Amino acid sequence: MKFTRRDTMLMAGGVAALSALPIRALAAGEEEIAAFTGGAAIAEGGVTLTTPEIAENGNTVPVEVNAPGAVSIMVLALGNPNPGVCTFNFGPLAGAQYGSTRIRLSKTQMVTAIAKMADGSFAQASSEVKVTIGGCGG
Amino acid sequence: MAENVTPRVRVPSSAAAGEVITIKTLISHIMESGQRKNSDGNLIPRSIINRFTCDFNGQNVIDVTLEPAISTNPYFEFQAQVPEAGTYTFTWYDDDGSVYTDTKDIAIG
Repeated sequence: MKFTRRDTMLMAGGVAALSALPIRALAAGEEEIAAFTGGAAIAEGGVTLTTPEIAENGNTVPVEVNAPGAVSIMVLALGNPNPGVCTFNFGPLAGAQYGSTRIRLSKTQMVTAIAKMADGSFAQASSEVKVTIGGCGG
Repeated sequence: MAENVTPRVRVPSSAAAGEVITIKTLISHIMESGQRKNSDGNLIPRSIINRFTCDFNGQNVIDVTLEPAISTNPYFEFQAQVPEAGTYTFTWYDDDGSVYTDTKDIAIG
């Protein structure tokens, strides 16, 4: 198979478009984080994020977050087409700043939980989940 | 797309005053993410539950914002303080404007 000049240009364009995609996804995730924290610094620790190490089925991955003293916890999956997963807001009668749910992951990626503490500071925890079958219909 | 949406909630029937209990909720819902395509290659429009709240005698326990990355049949487990006997009200808000509610009573003892 011979490559004409036109073929080469098309391929180069395709590669450029593909490599631009993950950058855009990451930028979207940063946007979500900035909207949640208002640009404040995020410390490590203070949040416990429990995920399975390997998820056979990306359609239902059990996730547990626990952050004593938090007013809200946001969960992000930065490798998904949309990075947002859910945000837990705790009311005055919450027994513990704890939440557990099941999420979709499109591929192997880091899952991040960011907690907003009662004093206005932020803390985060991340955990990698290996996904065998993606859960976003692609 | 709000068909056969049935909430299921598990709350202990009684607790000691001030005790912290675990509540488990599940609602059957397709949670169409808006990413999938049908056999003709067209995107299936998003249809999810976008908010879930739990209140006890009018006071908020938890308020969750849901995105399309939440699995089909959204499941939530969380903890709540029981200051007195009363009623838990669970509310799910659908993209199409539907609101699903369920209530559970709890006694002290």
